[in-house]
Amino acid sequence: MTIAMFLAFVIATLGITVWSAKKNTGSSAYFAAGRSIKGWQNGLAVAGDYMSAASFLGISGMIAFFGYDGFMYSVGFLVAYLTVLYVVAEPLRNAGKYTMADLLAYRLKARPVRAAASLSTLTVSTFYMVAQMIGAGVLVSTLLKEYTWITPNAAIIGVGILMIVYVIFGGMHGTTWVQIVKAVLLMTATFILSFLVMREFDYSFVKFFDAIASLTYEKGGVEVTKNFLDPGMKFGAAATAAGGGWGPLDLISLGLALVLGTAGLPHVLVRFYTVPDAKTARVSVVWAMVIIGTFYILTTFLGFGAATLLKPHLITNENMAAPELSHFLGGDMFFAFISAVAFATILAVVAGLTISASTSFAHDFYTNVIKHGKEVSQDTEVKVARIAAFFVGGISIALAIKLQTINVAFLVGLAFAVAASANLPVIIFSVFWKRFNTTGAVTGLLVGLFSSIILIVLSPSVMGIDGPEVAAAKRHLIQMEAIFPLTNPGIVSIPLGFLAAFLGALIKREPESEAKFAEFSVRAHTGLGAEKAHDH
Amino acid sequence: MSDKENKSAEDKEMWERIAARPEFDSLLAAKRRFVVPCCLFFLIYYFALLYFVGWHLDLMKKPVFGKINVAYLFALSQFLMAWGMAWLYMRKAATYDKAVAEILKSETR
Repeated sequence: MTIAMFLAFVIATLGITVWSAKKNTGSSAYFAAGRSIKGWQNGLAVAGDYMSAASFLGISGMIAFFGYDGFMYSVGFLVAYLTVLYVVAEPLRNAGKYTMADLLAYRLKARPVRAAASLSTLTVSTFYMVAQMIGAGVLVSTLLKEYTWITPNAAIIGVGILMIVYVIFGGMHGTTWVQIVKAVLLMTATFILSFLVMREFDYSFVKFFDAIASLTYEKGGVEVTKNFLDPGMKFGAAATAAGGGWGPLDLISLGLALVLGTAGLPHVLVRFYTVPDAKTARVSVVWAMVIIGTFYILTTFLGFGAATLLKPHLITNENMAAPELSHFLGGDMFFAFISAVAFATILAVVAGLTISASTSFAHDFYTNVIKHGKEVSQDTEVKVARIAAFFVGGISIALAIKLQTINVAFLVGLAFAVAASANLPVIIFSVFWKRFNTTGAVTGLLVGLFSSIILIVLSPSVMGIDGPEVAAAKRHLIQMEAIFPLTNPGIVSIPLGFLAAFLGALIKREPESEAKFAEFSVRAHTGLGAEKAHDH
Repeated sequence: MSDKENKSAEDKEMWERIAARPEFDSLLAAKRRFVVPCCLFFLIYYFALLYFVGWHLDLMKKPVFGKINVAYLFALSQFLMAWGMAWLYMRKAATYDKAVAEILKSETR
């Protein structure tokens, strides 16, 4: 049953890919869907690109295990879109073409800026993608456990091949529609699941919240009763003291990375190139916020529903809370549907990541760094992107298989932290600060990128001493006391990124960049001369 | 970028002419007056939640409606805040669009 639903989704999306392959004539069609996507469609696609398995499965599970503190992720993921709406979306659409680096390179020296921006884009996308694929491996093999040949490795390879096919043949058109279909499926599934949870409580919020507030379950063989609405079960001082964490400061650091990182995630940014103009980009952010916000509010029902109806100690693991809840409430058939939705969720996100990474490689690195921005025909650029998509996919499959034991949350945290520390400072400075220059952009990107990577390597996510009883899959990579106390580096690396970009810009004045600020500013704020939509 | 290198002097003059116009200046000033305080507001409102959840647990655990506590209501209010700020921006941005249209209209004349 489950496998039939999986196949139905795969066949439907391959159909979309074949259909959209016909539209891929020229680079604007391949990289930006001909800039012909409507506002509400792009809103759905942004939501589909963003609500990853980490959201659907991860947050539900986090709330089921840690109550209120898990809900903090839900809040951060939505508020983050205000940064996208207020600061980034419109200037990006107005002044750029295909990638984040277009915006940065506009008035700066193209080669060093694009090389650094491409490095950071590829890093963010690869880490994010490897996280999704490891998750996919575990998830698919657990969901389809009656088929023993579907091991995590087989699932990773399968997901990887599908995403490569979507991107190489479907381009941005195909990817967009896969994301739209996924967003609709995910929202439908979430509404039905929330409704079924409330049915168990006779549709009474009073009964539901009463049950959350006095939840009795087993912990370490002892029966305990806890109020799951109370904060502090994950980020509280008491909860983290055992691990030597800094408690609430970790929450602030995570919050910073979420709220400032989203506006620097390349796969989110490229979505705004698919609409005809900046006004539509703005409308699509608002659509995305309505969908994403509704979804994250509903995680209340998924997460607390799983906690109250299944009891935390009876859920197999954090990621299985939502699927197991669906099995409990709706039986085999509904479980199969929810599992297929989770699968669709992963596929749509990895396809979005693959296309943003390969576009950045072809457009930023190949055309502008290797070929010095000299004439590269549209066909060549698309061809390079397709080859890059193949390699990005292949490398991600290999990394995901190799790194299977790594903590997935750490990879996603890294992606957000790099996006916030490396990408956002240079985006903001290049749009709003006349004096900003090439040196500032390169130092900002590199310092943001490397400081977040180094701090994560030194953090308790990677470093820690495990006793012999800890299973191989859960052991820390480096068996030493962590040097940096926070699991998320944001609170240090984001200010460092801003500071490096600022100080770098002060080193030397760059008259060319300042001279071009007038033109850039007019373009960014009025949309004059912006890339136009193409008809098919 | 080759098309950028070939940009004619005429184009350059147009960009600078628009940038120098008082209407363009007042558009940027209007944006700044609205966007900067709004961003400060939502950042402060968001980090206030994290601050209170982190360091003022007793207050956050107080029940308000039945078992629903301050913490949950504060978190829920973040969603309404985000949607409200988005709506506010949409409304305000319509006036920017108008100002941009005015500037471009007189430019192409």
